[in-house]
Amino acid sequence: MSDHAGAFSGGIAGRARRGPDRAGRGGHGHDLLSATGHGQGGPASKFVTVAYGFWIFLLSDIIIFSAFFAAYAVLSKATAGGPTGKDLFELTRVAVQTGLLLTSSFTGGLATLAAHRRSMAATQSWLLVTGLLGVAFLFLEVQEFAAMVGEQAGPSRSAFLSAFFALVGCHGTHVGLGLLWLGTMMAQLWVKGFRADFLRRLHCFGLFWHALDIIWVAIFTLVYLLGASP
Amino acid sequence: MTDIDTRTEEQFDHRDSAPGEERITEHELAGGLSGYLLGYGLAILLTIASFLAAQTDLIYQPAVISALVVLAIAQMGVHLVFFLHLTTGPDNTNNLLALAFGVLIVALVVLGSVWIMAHLDLNMAPMSARQAGMMP
Repeated sequence: MSDHAGAFSGGIAGRARRGPDRAGRGGHGHDLLSATGHGQGGPASKFVTVAYGFWIFLLSDIIIFSAFFAAYAVLSKATAGGPTGKDLFELTRVAVQTGLLLTSSFTGGLATLAAHRRSMAATQSWLLVTGLLGVAFLFLEVQEFAAMVGEQAGPSRSAFLSAFFALVGCHGTHVGLGLLWLGTMMAQLWVKGFRADFLRRLHCFGLFWHALDIIWVAIFTLVYLLGASP
Repeated sequence: MTDIDTRTEEQFDHRDSAPGEERITEHELAGGLSGYLLGYGLAILLTIASFLAAQTDLIYQPAVISALVVLAIAQMGVHLVFFLHLTTGPDNTNNLLALAFGVLIVALVVLGSVWIMAHLDLNMAPMSARQAGMMP
């Protein structure tokens, strides 16, 4: 018991190892390191449980997106005589947007690495770059929406456009909320330093941002590239 | 919580890996800065390939859709491995199982909707010539 107990963050892990789930396992803790992924060895650390909970949230968010994707896939030909994707989509803009979001995902990863080294200047700088790239992405998207509404191709024009604005707008809303979260987190880190709870939040933000990039891959392929091809 | 406490918590939980955690893979291909660089490079290449496949005649036209879907799935895989640090290791079992369940639901929703809606017209009453003329 005593040889590993000190290594854990608190008394919880130590107590749990003496709990009912440990019955018949000898209880001397030598099997701890070999218990990976088998649901044994007591509760995981808060870092792991928080990130796992957030992972479940992300997957449910992706399932919500799948409903929007299904609606778009079903309605993409229902243009009601209005403009089609071929008339509306500008692939140059989409390529720039993709580059911006992909690069922001990369710089977000660099921010995670910097936080791992506990380097405040590098963490804040990379988070700032990530945020600015996200703002640029969102700006291009709003510009595209405004141009489409200006050309009488707003969400009320056809079922196709309703589905398009709902799907792409939902992703844009996620990016916007992510930026809000990022700004709040930068301020918290700046004022209070690398506290454990902020590091967990930063980690969850990284997951969120990478997941948004994965959804954007599906959007630029299924909506823009397929919609604009002959 | 001091700095030292958090390091202790991160360093000594050997049993499970948090989703996206790179501690486990620091010395592997997908870990650390080289992992992010490699993932970034691969994602850029796959994006360029997608745009080329859609915009040029490099690929036989009827096969473009399949090519795009394959490239998109490959790029999602690159993001999952190099950015979200999902591996097939034992400490990642829970994360991977949750992902597999999510993918199952997504496939059911998307493919199920497309399948049902594409075959719906088979069960509809036949249209008159005038109605057919009003179809988009």
